[in-house]
Amino acid sequence: MSRIQDKARALIASKMKLDESEITPEKNIFNDLGADSLDFVELSMLLEREFNVKFTEDDTAKVKTIADLYELIEKYTKKTK
Amino acid sequence: MKIIGTGSALPALTVTNEDLTAFLDTSDEWITTRTGIQARHLLSTEDLYDIAVDAANKAIKASGLRPDQIDFLLVSNVANRHVTPGLSCIIQKRIGVTCAGLDINVACAGFVNALMLADGMIKAGHAKNILIVCAEEPTKYCNWKERDCSVLFGDGAGAVVLTEGNAFKDVKLTMISDRDVLYYERGMEPTPFEDKYIIGQPLVMKGKELFKTAVIESAKDIKNVLDYNHLTHEDIDWFLLHQANKRIIEGIRNIVGGSCAKYPTIIEKYGNTSSASIPILLDEMIADNKIKAGDKIVMSAFGAGFVSAACLWEWEF
Repeated sequence: MSRIQDKARALIASKMKLDESEITPEKNIFNDLGADSLDFVELSMLLEREFNVKFTEDDTAKVKTIADLYELIEKYTKKTK
Repeated sequence: MKIIGTGSALPALTVTNEDLTAFLDTSDEWITTRTGIQARHLLSTEDLYDIAVDAANKAIKASGLRPDQIDFLLVSNVANRHVTPGLSCIIQKRIGVTCAGLDINVACAGFVNALMLADGMIKAGHAKNILIVCAEEPTKYCNWKERDCSVLFGDGAGAVVLTEGNAFKDVKLTMISDRDVLYYERGMEPTPFEDKYIIGQPLVMKGKELFKTAVIESAKDIKNVLDYNHLTHEDIDWFLLHQANKRIIEGIRNIVGGSCAKYPTIIEKYGNTSSASIPILLDEMIADNKIKAGDKIVMSAFGAGFVSAACLWEWEF
């Protein structure tokens, strides 16, 4: 697991008030972790702030799983390098 | 400029989340967890003009002035059944003031924008004592067959009387043109010369986009005002934020900083009363003796446009 994924997992666990061990790539953010639409907006804003990136609405609309979220963060952090 | 009187008025009818479940596909749990709202007041037997006049009269009485000493009337309103004349004209006679006035529509940010105008008028010598009335009936432009907007709003009015002083320290206004995030389109009369006649439609809201923009832009406004005045959140006693959604308030607090206790809320009992929310909150805090002379207060609001605004006070009585 990359350092970016480590940091993202800790942030997601903190936001969702879950143990980090529950944040695994295959988990669906909504169905498995219980996030509602506002939880997801708050989570994406937190990740944008912590990684200093800005996601587009189109990209965030495609995110379903933790793996999707890791992929999105990695895509945007590469862009800003 | 300083505030020397406040007043507020809510319709008599209280509607709880549970009441809404009788005709909407929703639940108390759904509304409470997403918005923090538990109840709201809705106009039923009275009308908007009644509560606007009630709030204005209370503010004038609290100021110690007579109505004839008010020399300008500023009214903030998004929509009411009269497109013309303005709401200020309609309520002027019932308040007993004889001065001129005008209406502004800066959506839910109307109160902070009205404060900026009042400050400029007082400094320029155009008026000494100004009455601001924010009166809103957003429940009249929601679609009550859908839960997305109708559960969020309540009707209400808040008013303040302002006069010369040094309490109002700074203001920051923001406008980002983006109609589609939140709008209410009014129908107009057809003419024989137009074939693209548009029928009005109730309030349309892109909730997720609005949530994000509201948090980010409001936090920016507040931080700008604090930075410009060499202050941090620790210097501020109260953050009086527009009461649209408890989670938006929490999102702003997460960025700006400060304890929950510095961010008082009334959204639980009144819902989103548009531009009236901050003056109603202020009136209740003053009635409860929570605000003391010297308190540093930030007010911040956002709304359809997209517009947002923040201002800074060092309170004087």
